Amino acid sequence: MAEIRVDVRQETCPVPLVEMRKAVRRAEPGDIIEISGTHPASQKEIPMAVEALGLELLAVEGTPDAWTIRIRR
Amino acid sequence: MTERTTIVVASGDMDKLYSALIIANGSLSMGMEASLYFTFWGLERLKKGGLQKGALSKMHLLGLGKLFMTSRMKKANVASLERLMRDYKELGGKVIACDMTMEIMGVSRESLQQDLIDEYGAVGAYINEARQSNITLFI
Repeated sequence: MAEIRVDVRQETCPVPLVEMRKAVRRAEPGDIIEISGTHPASQKEIPMAVEALGLELLAVEGTPDAWTIRIRR
Repeated sequence: MTERTTIVVASGDMDKLYSALIIANGSLSMGMEASLYFTFWGLERLKKGGLQKGALSKMHLLGLGKLFMTSRMKKANVASLERLMRDYKELGGKVIACDMTMEIMGVSRESLQQDLIDEYGAVGAYINEARQSNITLFI
């Protein structure tokens, strides 16, 4: 099982969300995707997308302007 | 059935293109399908090299306003319309070009960025997409 890292620090709407989606499409079922970002709204948005996509949200860590989100596909 | 967003892009203004592409990319990112139907001034943006060429819908000020806005966007690290369009296509977004607009505005297929366009259609194509959509917008 692979771990995919996505760095979207300094990126703004909609890039963090879009890069998360691209990484999920590349991942195999069971893979872990770890996204790091600094855009506050994305910290809330990505978990919403994770739910809508039926994925597993493993962790949301950090602060709104420096966060890491872990997802299992 | 998968949820869908359908957006009519009738304006060719830069800020409105941003709205359309950001909403469309957001839809795809959140697991929906998306279609963009380019018509009238929106179609101009599908011309080769045309994506970023639109004026601002307000405060364009003969290009000065756009210059100011573009520099602010660069500072805020906002993605270019080219990048947003590339992402949109990569995530499976559909682009429909209005062929009636092509006819009345004398736009040939050769002048358009044909690699982006999935379909050339008329109102029926839009209605067929829109009737299966949860979100439809006219921008």
